[in-house]
Amino acid sequence: MPVFEPTTDLTPSAYDPYDADRPLMLRCGCGADHAPPAHATASLEAEPLGRSFMEAALVKALFPQDRVRRAFLKGVGRRTAMAALGSVLPLASLQAMAEEKKPLEKKELKIGFIPITCASPLIMADPLGFYRQQGLTVQLMKTAGWALIRDKIMNKEVDATHFLSPMPLAISLGLGSAAQAMNVATVQNVNGQAITLANKHKGNRDPKNWKGFKFAIPFEYSMHNFLLRYYLAEAGLNPDTDVQLRVTPPAEMVAILRAGNIDGFLGPDPFNQRAVFEEVGFIHILSREIWDGHPCCAFGVPASFIESNPNTFAALYRSVLTAAAMARKPENRELIAKVISPAQYLNQPEAVLTQVLTGKFADGLGNVRTVPERADFDPVPWQSMAVWMLTQMKRWGYLKGDVNYKQVAEKVFLITDAKKYMKELGQPVPDGAYKKFKVMGKEFDAAKADDYLKSFAISKA
Amino acid sequence: MNPGMQAARQEALKAALLSLLILAVLLGIWHLATLQPKAVAAPVVALTAEQIEYAKLMGKDPASLAANAATGTSGKSGFPTLSQMGVAIARNLASPFYDNGPNDKGVGLQLAYSLGRVGLGYLLAALVAIPLGFVIGMSPLIYRALDPFIQVLKPISPLAWMPLALYTIKDSAISGIFVIFICSIWPMLINTAFGVAGVRKEWLNVARTLEVKPQRLAFEVILPAAAPTILTGMRISMGIAWLVIVAAEMLVGGTGIGYFVWNEWNNLSLPNVIFAVLVIGIVGMLLDLMFARLQKAVTYVD
Repeated sequence: MPVFEPTTDLTPSAYDPYDADRPLMLRCGCGADHAPPAHATASLEAEPLGRSFMEAALVKALFPQDRVRRAFLKGVGRRTAMAALGSVLPLASLQAMAEEKKPLEKKELKIGFIPITCASPLIMADPLGFYRQQGLTVQLMKTAGWALIRDKIMNKEVDATHFLSPMPLAISLGLGSAAQAMNVATVQNVNGQAITLANKHKGNRDPKNWKGFKFAIPFEYSMHNFLLRYYLAEAGLNPDTDVQLRVTPPAEMVAILRAGNIDGFLGPDPFNQRAVFEEVGFIHILSREIWDGHPCCAFGVPASFIESNPNTFAALYRSVLTAAAMARKPENRELIAKVISPAQYLNQPEAVLTQVLTGKFADGLGNVRTVPERADFDPVPWQSMAVWMLTQMKRWGYLKGDVNYKQVAEKVFLITDAKKYMKELGQPVPDGAYKKFKVMGKEFDAAKADDYLKSFAISKA
Repeated sequence: MNPGMQAARQEALKAALLSLLILAVLLGIWHLATLQPKAVAAPVVALTAEQIEYAKLMGKDPASLAANAATGTSGKSGFPTLSQMGVAIARNLASPFYDNGPNDKGVGLQLAYSLGRVGLGYLLAALVAIPLGFVIGMSPLIYRALDPFIQVLKPISPLAWMPLALYTIKDSAISGIFVIFICSIWPMLINTAFGVAGVRKEWLNVARTLEVKPQRLAFEVILPAAAPTILTGMRISMGIAWLVIVAAEMLVGGTGIGYFVWNEWNNLSLPNVIFAVLVIGIVGMLLDLMFARLQKAVTYVD
């Protein structure tokens, strides 16, 4: 339920619906659509209706007779009344929608995506109508690989896109492409990846013995790449010299695993589960066993899009946050699996998606595992996580020279905006921007990023 | 009916029969290869609750699993059987023009997108290659000057141009068309130049003696004389363009028969992939037949 915030603590406005001593007048005696005290100015210009007016209108609807309202307020007191009403009425979101009187600069949008469960929130927002609710007509454009996602968002062929969360950092820094300012509005998903190995390695579960393995990863600037490298390096393998890492579009991973071209992959779901379903591989570990709560994909736009379409961006933000909030609830997961499985979205068997999203799955080794946290959709773009990604880019030589981690993280990961819109939608808002977390048991503190980077035995930095 | 024609007819009939026989043999091999072996013995298998659950998650009905264990069949996957293939073909042909938004369209619509792309790229290539080929063919000097460039550019795989095109053109749809353009330009250019250069000297000399104007010379002497060679080039180009479009669309995605193959590959849906492969083959054959007809129309006997 939305947190109901008192709006009238300081200066009671003309519409104050919680004032037991004054009549609640919404319209002026002149008959025009403005409040009595505003008679002079309102006839000159049409003021946008404020938040207190929204509340007043709702209270008026609840208590059509002013006498009843006054009696109620005198009986229970102002604060109790506000809290009670706040718990039954979605005031915050109604107010947010009312504030959206501002015209959208662009109503028809194209959004790029890769057909993986990471993109669930932005995909489900289409069939479930979350974009339409905000006045947007969205076309979701299925894309063949991450390099193409990068090119399409940089070329403005799509307005907004699903991308791997390190990608906007790399694009903003001009790594692997021309430099263009990109922003992360929300993280799409946390966890939800896995290391899948070919069935022939069922007896070879210790990464120390994996020298010479060939692994597929979806893209160089991906959490998959960084997590796999981290995992291998912890086992004493140098990911640059001891194994082969091949960039492969997610959708092709199962096919090449079946063909025997690779020994395994750290890839996005549903392809880990699909490999199990097709009986070509098994799930060695879930990515949450490397870092529980790691971000994976993100949703974002070029900075120039926000500048020229601030209201559309706000509407887009609300749609995706609404979807994320729904996706976080375990009871919705089966429904989500159903709406994203058709050919125009993921084009995958629903049975596979349900296993990924509910966390009750066959692991390919004959066990049924129940891990409800297997996939989650926390949308908060933690800047500390952006800093971690930058340290890993330095660690593996993608990023050379000195970088002001915090400056880059704060420019790209829009946590302040995310919090603002989460608050507007009445969602719980987290504190801070630099949450600490642990990767394979080792704590990461963004304030000591350089020391962290220096602490690795296997590193190019 | 003369005996010669009758013999030719009999020959054609025999060839057709042989084709059918080969087809039957191929289908027979397919059928045998995908036939699921049947076990003789039927051992009774007791499944624990967990095994039943696991089987369910693996997409196998536990009720039929016991039966499967008895008959020796295992799971789904693998190559489709003939009947599965037939179902896939029937399903795709039943509604070839459905449109479920930008990512899911019927095979007919996808073909239309591919043909449109090929048509546009090919037309642009023809507009550049044929006039340029004329110039090169008529002037040995230009021919020699441009030859090194053509020789270097010609063998480059058209898909190698794709990243460059995406970077410079900044539009994936136009990049796809560009790739078709660049791959279909070379055979047309070279064949046009070759055909034009090879027009018999006597004909040119006669034209010159008759003081034919250059424009008339080009259109009424050289063009008809070089037409068969030019059309051969165009036919080769079309073949290459149709080969390349599938790969290009698999790379760029969005629409087209190549995207259809890619999307079904994602889902590891082999029946649909095979169906698309058949469609690509048939359309390619029709395109080639069209050019063969045209070629026949302009061929002359010396």
